[in-house]
Amino acid sequence: MAAVLEAQPSPPLVTYDTHPERYSHWRLAFDGPVATLAMDVDEDKGLKPGYKLKLNSYDLGVDIELADALNRIRFEHPEVKCLVITSARERMFCSGANIYMLGQSTHAWKVNFCKFTNETRNGIEDSSRHEGLKSLAAVNGTVAGGGYELALACDEILMIDDRSSTVSLPELPLLGVLPGTGGLTRVTDKRKVRRDLADVFCTTSEGVRADRARQWKLVDHIAKPQGFKDAVAERAAALAAQSARGSGKGVTLNPFKRSIDAGGYHYDNVDVVIDRKARTATITVFAPRHDVPAGVEAIHSAGDKWWPLAMARELDDAVLMLRTNDLEIGTWIFNTRGDMERALAADAAMKANENDWFVRQVIGFLRRTLARLDVTSRTLFAIIDKGSCFAGTLFELALAADRSYMLQLPDDETGAPAVALSELNFGAYPMVGRGTRISAHFCGESKPIDVARARIGEKLDAKLASESGLVTFTPDDLDWNEEVRIAIEERASLSPDALTGMEANLRFSGKESMETRIFGRLSAWQNWIFVRPNAVGEQGALKVYGSGAKARFNWERV
Amino acid sequence: MSTIDYSEKIPNNVDLANDRTLQRALEHWQPRFLEWWKELGPNDFANSDVYLRTAVGVDAQGWAHYGTVKMPDYRWGIFLADPIADRTIGFGDSFGQPVWQQVPGEFRSQFRRLIVTQGDTEPASVEQQHRLGHTCPSLYDLRNLFQINVEEGRHLWAMVYILHAYFGRDGREEAEELLARHSGDVDKPRILGTFNEPIEDWLSFFCFCYFTDRDGKFQLKSLAESSFDPLARTCRFMLTEEAHHMFVGETGLGRIVRRTLEVMKEVASDNPEAIRRQGAVDLPLLQRYLNYWFSSSLDLFGSEVSSNAATTFANGIKGRPDETTQYQDHVCADSSFEIEVPDGKGGIMKEPSPMRNAMNEVLRDAYIRDCEIGLKRWNMQIKRAGYNFELKLPSNRFRRAIGAWANIPTDLEGRLIGREEYDRRMPGWLPSASDRGYVKSLMQRVVEPGKMAAWIAPPERGVNNLPLDYAYVQLN
Repeated sequence: MAAVLEAQPSPPLVTYDTHPERYSHWRLAFDGPVATLAMDVDEDKGLKPGYKLKLNSYDLGVDIELADALNRIRFEHPEVKCLVITSARERMFCSGANIYMLGQSTHAWKVNFCKFTNETRNGIEDSSRHEGLKSLAAVNGTVAGGGYELALACDEILMIDDRSSTVSLPELPLLGVLPGTGGLTRVTDKRKVRRDLADVFCTTSEGVRADRARQWKLVDHIAKPQGFKDAVAERAAALAAQSARGSGKGVTLNPFKRSIDAGGYHYDNVDVVIDRKARTATITVFAPRHDVPAGVEAIHSAGDKWWPLAMARELDDAVLMLRTNDLEIGTWIFNTRGDMERALAADAAMKANENDWFVRQVIGFLRRTLARLDVTSRTLFAIIDKGSCFAGTLFELALAADRSYMLQLPDDETGAPAVALSELNFGAYPMVGRGTRISAHFCGESKPIDVARARIGEKLDAKLASESGLVTFTPDDLDWNEEVRIAIEERASLSPDALTGMEANLRFSGKESMETRIFGRLSAWQNWIFVRPNAVGEQGALKVYGSGAKARFNWERV
Repeated sequence: MSTIDYSEKIPNNVDLANDRTLQRALEHWQPRFLEWWKELGPNDFANSDVYLRTAVGVDAQGWAHYGTVKMPDYRWGIFLADPIADRTIGFGDSFGQPVWQQVPGEFRSQFRRLIVTQGDTEPASVEQQHRLGHTCPSLYDLRNLFQINVEEGRHLWAMVYILHAYFGRDGREEAEELLARHSGDVDKPRILGTFNEPIEDWLSFFCFCYFTDRDGKFQLKSLAESSFDPLARTCRFMLTEEAHHMFVGETGLGRIVRRTLEVMKEVASDNPEAIRRQGAVDLPLLQRYLNYWFSSSLDLFGSEVSSNAATTFANGIKGRPDETTQYQDHVCADSSFEIEVPDGKGGIMKEPSPMRNAMNEVLRDAYIRDCEIGLKRWNMQIKRAGYNFELKLPSNRFRRAIGAWANIPTDLEGRLIGREEYDRRMPGWLPSASDRGYVKSLMQRVVEPGKMAAWIAPPERGVNNLPLDYAYVQLN
């Protein structure tokens, strides 16, 4: 389970790495092409003290196990074509995020919790879309709030029709907040529930029973208790038939090496150095240190040691650790180090084998990890200095950044840093808005994108990179230290809230997708509500829930 | 004084004749109710003439109106206890304000949930007892069973009236669902688990009346305190009928004890084998039934600490039984209540809970005290007969499936024990398969007026002062 390490710095650290043997809340079972993940929350094993996870309600710890289970299925069980998410309890599927946990949490904790759970649910859809891992929510009892939001992330929802169990999004009437893990958005955008019916549904705390749920398109199928098991098997088989996944030998995800000290988090391919005074984290990602296996068999036998996957897992963990544990570290500085040829060779190997199931999963892992950066509420700067290796996949870090600084060395052509693009920059890693990061960088304008595409594989020095619009500033060696220092210090001095808001706006140019609406519109409104006294004041709905006291609202509509 | 409209199909004191909307809704529902009764009620006795009490009014003459009817012709009516002038809210945040004659919109869903849950148990119990009539120990008992059945039917009516009259379209749909769910039907079970187990023998029936219906009594008593006046008045009247169900349970078990004591005297032994040879229920067997029914009924009150309980109390929806007379503090905003919880180290510790959140436990405590009364009486009988056997209620921690003690193995005294010991000793604590088999073998129907089965003593008096050998049911 997600251990809360007793190590320093002072508040205990939350970690995200776990293993099915340590799960407290889920049971994972495999039966040929169908995997079943049954929720069975241990109420006494909340991540933090002060609440009990009753009625299959969840907190971050439960979701960390869910995220881990999804990765196990993706990598260790390529034979799985359809994942069935259900509950091990009778007549209770899942009652959603634990309200007492939300009530006692800080604003930052709630926001980070919602972000991670949103990413996990997006990941379920992402794997269906890109990797053919289909999913069925087998709702075998009452489902409320976050429980329904989890079901909404699946390809299909099958609900038990026992004349008692209900589906509901009671957040608004019961708690004075929104169904913020995508519920409000998926009901309309994904399931096309008519707007007026969605309005009724989201304000009716007791929800609706299965027959009406189907009528209103809240679920796809319903089945009576006696026929439920068969219906699950039938729908799982139908979904599995749509899957491109198949046989193959799974790749075990072994624990990665990580050491934590006062200075930061340290991995084989990623190193995080935290400067608490300057409130910055320098995240250095290392290119492969050896030639990367390129043939499909060699790739498989490298398994989780294959650089693209090893690096991605460590980067993913670093991002999650920093987001959860280091709230005041507002500026992340991306560095890269290593051999550009090897980095580009790794990209070439991924491109050449993109139809292999394992390579596809690795690309997917990278895609989802990079997508976390786009929605991270930290300033991201890329520093492209001597010895750096922003090439191909690693150049995505520069594209994800809010700005980049590239060192110009007019007098040292061989020692001057270069950047390079690969095929993978042009489609392998779409952001949650569906477009590429390079397209978002150029606000969707095709001309500069075409220019960049024509330069795939070329090593671009500062001058060329700047001309192509790929980097922001290119100070020369005389100006470099001061310019970079001042830029970082200045940035770190600005309002963290305003920066988060500005960055979240600028990072997503152009068209919206369901996911950007979730991270933008839904999360933004939710986070506004989360700080309003009507929700979290002493008499706010979220605070008084369960005490019997009635919320006292300020009735002014703002 | 209420004016009762006898001329309509549905006897009532709610001025049904002048409320066309409500009348139409109920008249639409009534045929469905009758269909349900014919299918899942005591349908094998549809042609029998039964000496029944029918409520035709709420005053002393009206509510206990006796006559012989065929059950499908029973007049299920709608009665609210007379209003109390200037009644004010008796508890919670709105204490002292006038009671509500309509459901406040903000509490609609909480009221609906409580009423539906309560309403669901009424027809459920009729369904559970559906076949019991075939093994009655006497005509007197058969009549009591049917009396309870028709009154549970009327209590369903009472809840349906509230749903129809105050909850609009939503309420009408819920009323239909009350007939659509069926006890023990895997595909559409009743809401509460206990109400899906069939009641197959009369010992269980008497235990059900004594323990499970008594939970109903406490729920009704707390809803009778509700700020929603029509609900409070409905429940107040239901309680007058519910008292009879308690009576059947208590006297039924008391008569079994009496008969057993007679047999013990006859055979001059308290050896269960010797008693069973005479076709009576040995006291340890009875104790195992009490253990089973008491422990499963305790769960009906819900968790010791409950946010729902706090909310319904604070909002004036559901109070405590006898709120006005039994308690000083009716707001309970700052008080606390000590709850026993497992200490995680194999022991028990007391933990304070805000009083409002502990209301389920307050109710359960009052219920347990009420359950003890009958046991005292039976134990007195046993003692007077010269035996030092004592019937006991198990601890409220024993065999719980809900709340702080759920799935924590304890012995009958509530001492925490290991899972292995628990499983090993359980057959001695609950009715075994052979106990149930034996009880089943006793269930032979006795329908000769005045005769009793060998395992139960006659009652002290007949119904409504009629003699014991009166033909309370004519089977036809």
